[in-house]
Amino acid sequence: MFGYEFYLDPSRCIGCQSCLKACEECETHRGVSMINFDFIDRPDGIATAAFVCFHCEDPTCAQVCPADAIKVGDDGVVQSALKPRCIGCANCVLACPFGIPKLVPEYEQMMKCDMCYDRTSIGKKPMCATVCPSQALAYVKPDEIAALRREKPVNTFYFGEQKIVTKVYMMAPAETDFVSVDVMDYTWEPEDAYAN
Amino acid sequence: MAKPIETLLDQYGPHPHYMPAGGWHDESRQLPDKLVKTHCCFCGQQCGIQLKVRGNTVTGFEPWEEFPFNRGMLCPKGVKRYMQSSHPDRLLDPLIRTGDGFRKAPWDEALDLTVRRLQEVQAKYGKDSVAVFGGASLITEKSYLLGKFARVALGTKQIDYNGRLCMVSAGTAYKLAFDVDRSLIPWSEIPKADVLMVIGANVGDCAPITTDYIWRCRDRGGKLIVIDPRMTPISRNADLYLPVRPGTDLALLMGMLHVIIRDGLIDKQFIEQHTTGWDAVAEGVKEYDPNRTAAMTGVPPQSIEMAAHWFAKADKAIAMHARGLEHQSKGVENCSALINIALATGHIGREGCGVTMITGQGNGQGGREHGQKCDQLPGQRSIHDPAARAHVAKVWGIQPEEIPGAGVSAQEIMNLIHSGEIKALVNICFNPAVSLPDAGFTREALSKLEFFGVIDFFLSETAQFADVVLAGSLQEEEEGVTCSAEGRVIHINKATDPPGNSKTDSWIICELAKRLGKEKYFPYNTTREIFDELREASRGGHADYYGITYEKIDQQMGVFWPCPSEEHPGTPHLMTGGISYFPDGKCRFQITNWRESGDPVDGDFPIYLTTGRVVSQYLSGTQTRRIGSLVDVYPQPLVEIHPRLAEKYGIKTKDWITVTTRRNEITVQANVVKTIRPDTVFIPYHWPDARSANLLTHRTLDPRSKIPEFKVSACRLSIAAAPPAWAGHTEVEAAKRGVSAISRAPGMAEPLIKIGEGGRR
Repeated sequence: MFGYEFYLDPSRCIGCQSCLKACEECETHRGVSMINFDFIDRPDGIATAAFVCFHCEDPTCAQVCPADAIKVGDDGVVQSALKPRCIGCANCVLACPFGIPKLVPEYEQMMKCDMCYDRTSIGKKPMCATVCPSQALAYVKPDEIAALRREKPVNTFYFGEQKIVTKVYMMAPAETDFVSVDVMDYTWEPEDAYAN
Repeated sequence: MAKPIETLLDQYGPHPHYMPAGGWHDESRQLPDKLVKTHCCFCGQQCGIQLKVRGNTVTGFEPWEEFPFNRGMLCPKGVKRYMQSSHPDRLLDPLIRTGDGFRKAPWDEALDLTVRRLQEVQAKYGKDSVAVFGGASLITEKSYLLGKFARVALGTKQIDYNGRLCMVSAGTAYKLAFDVDRSLIPWSEIPKADVLMVIGANVGDCAPITTDYIWRCRDRGGKLIVIDPRMTPISRNADLYLPVRPGTDLALLMGMLHVIIRDGLIDKQFIEQHTTGWDAVAEGVKEYDPNRTAAMTGVPPQSIEMAAHWFAKADKAIAMHARGLEHQSKGVENCSALINIALATGHIGREGCGVTMITGQGNGQGGREHGQKCDQLPGQRSIHDPAARAHVAKVWGIQPEEIPGAGVSAQEIMNLIHSGEIKALVNICFNPAVSLPDAGFTREALSKLEFFGVIDFFLSETAQFADVVLAGSLQEEEEGVTCSAEGRVIHINKATDPPGNSKTDSWIICELAKRLGKEKYFPYNTTREIFDELREASRGGHADYYGITYEKIDQQMGVFWPCPSEEHPGTPHLMTGGISYFPDGKCRFQITNWRESGDPVDGDFPIYLTTGRVVSQYLSGTQTRRIGSLVDVYPQPLVEIHPRLAEKYGIKTKDWITVTTRRNEITVQANVVKTIRPDTVFIPYHWPDARSANLLTHRTLDPRSKIPEFKVSACRLSIAAAPPAWAGHTEVEAAKRGVSAISRAPGMAEPLIKIGEGGRR
């Protein structure tokens, strides 16, 4: 849908799994959910998180695919592996920094969230973001999210040296410009302290 | 000659159903013939939803983004609700008990037998020996019809409903304080508050859509206070969490009022202008200083003070509550104590202010307004009020003295069945075998009935006790209205006809009335005609529906009652300006007195047991335990235990734990989590038989609301020597194997369900 973006805010998630159930209703993968859902650490807390594919600008999954089966559409949506090409090697499953793709054995194919291509291509919102009761998954216009939320959308991530820019935004504390998962960004030692 | 329960389950389920009609890749992929705008059949949120209908089958759903309450949002139950259509367990014919099970019967035979047996029982034991049980998931037309059926067709005073297990404590407290039983505010007020205090309400699991309203409040900078013995999903973003000990909410709220008075935070002007009874209430909380309150509740004194300060100092503050506060033998006092705080701080009748009960059942609000309650007539009128009786008698075409007086509440009816005073029961939309407390007692009682007739669409655990089961209808099979937790009356549109030989509930009730010789009082051809009569019957009452029509609901996306005329737009905000429904317009403070739970902890039973729900199941599970995708989320009841308590007994997650109370025991698996008080365990109640948390709960009632004390029992724990008999034999495995479950109590000599025994015909 033109002018709409996808926003993820795990801090809103209540673990109801409505997204997971709604995803099964999709026209392109009936009965199979593409949502990645986790109880972060149930013994110690109640935090849960639901993720869709982040739809990277330069997707790692496609880079590592030996069969050239993973394509990005004009709308920036990274598709599931093309069935005739996918060889089921699971390179993409291993390489994705967000851990999104799934190898579905029954289908012998890598499948992942395609941001409800069947819906967004005809002017509907993705199913998961439409039904999400806590709006942890939201599909709205950027000015709406800016007006309504106290967190700020971020779509730049650093995994060590790898910088990834994504189509999907993550809501982060207001002072955040990017999300880094390198512990060195948080240590007291200078950045080059452990350099070779 | 009881037929073994396994055979009943083989035939009638619950069988978890995983696929839409015709499978994922066939029928359900075809374009629907129509999209029907209606509402979810589960829970008091009553989310708008569009059902995809093809032929006479609901094949899927489409979010309804224009409906303002949920704007397309749905919880997993809403997403999968359509799976009930074409469910293999659906009852397609009336059933009559045989020696060892049920046989299909023609309608005439089943209806005539039902009527004959009811008449025989009434002739022998009197009119009131027959009772009627209704349900708060029925559309309002059906619940109105049922109240009239009991009083006019059967002439019994004994009618009550499962809303008695929902928000009746809140309803009673709101009547005492404001003389009206409804949330004071629509949900659109929630984001406007500066402070939200949520007490005894697991919003994330039980009212998921409300979460978004709470998060929007926080996005605006609002503060969230969560009061609960468990860290439920919404407490993850609480600015202040108060881990109250089960059954001590009253002390906590009185302690907060103590602090508010002590620190000069009361709204004197509001108290003087809008209330009565303040001095006695202020006097009553004098002893509840923070230290004493902390010792009673397990909440730190600083947290009590902070919560009191935040709420009292906020310009705009809303208090939200649900069953945690209400399911106690002092449920009414709990709600009154909360209302007292809102009144003392002037947080009533202004923008972004108020108290609101989060009504839980689908039509929990509408189902209690028009005559299913034992002491009420349509329009939320008292059955004791001569003017109300005269008005309703006129609408019904009978004399006022022909309307029976007040009967007793649902649990009290079950007690009278057990003691032999009530001999026959007609039951619709209620599964007391799972949902009433002290389930062993309920089962004994149901076995004693001389006649038991059930109207239902699936063979519920309660229907297994029936002599006749009349195959009724799903919510989407009749047009009508419900009233959501907000007080918004909404339009349920018919999507399909009842399949096979099943019939609509309203047809069944009218046929019974006809065969009881009361046809002239039940002349309806459509539910619309019932609704038009209901509008007249409610006219002039507090819950005045006179000005509400199906068309107006569609135009306005719901109409909030009261709506006294066709020109009237409805009333989203009750008590604007702080004016109550009493003749003097004042709100009434209520004195609250502390007392112990009806099942206190002691040396033998040292641990608190509290019960509740999970997000994937609805109430007694008659519907949701049949939807595979929901069953998979939380397949069996677990007992939540804090690691400190678990360590004491050497318990680890997944160990089989026997939980024993003064009444019974069940064995379930442990879930060791830090999100519950270490003196408390929690078990969700959606399952039947040996997995039923309600085998453990007790029958103590609040003296005024008659709500059972589900939230506080005393228990002890032990590690079970072996898994219970039901483990590995539940509906989940049964579905996989194509055979069904065995439900026998672990370590008990007797099977829990004794169909056909105990004095039955």
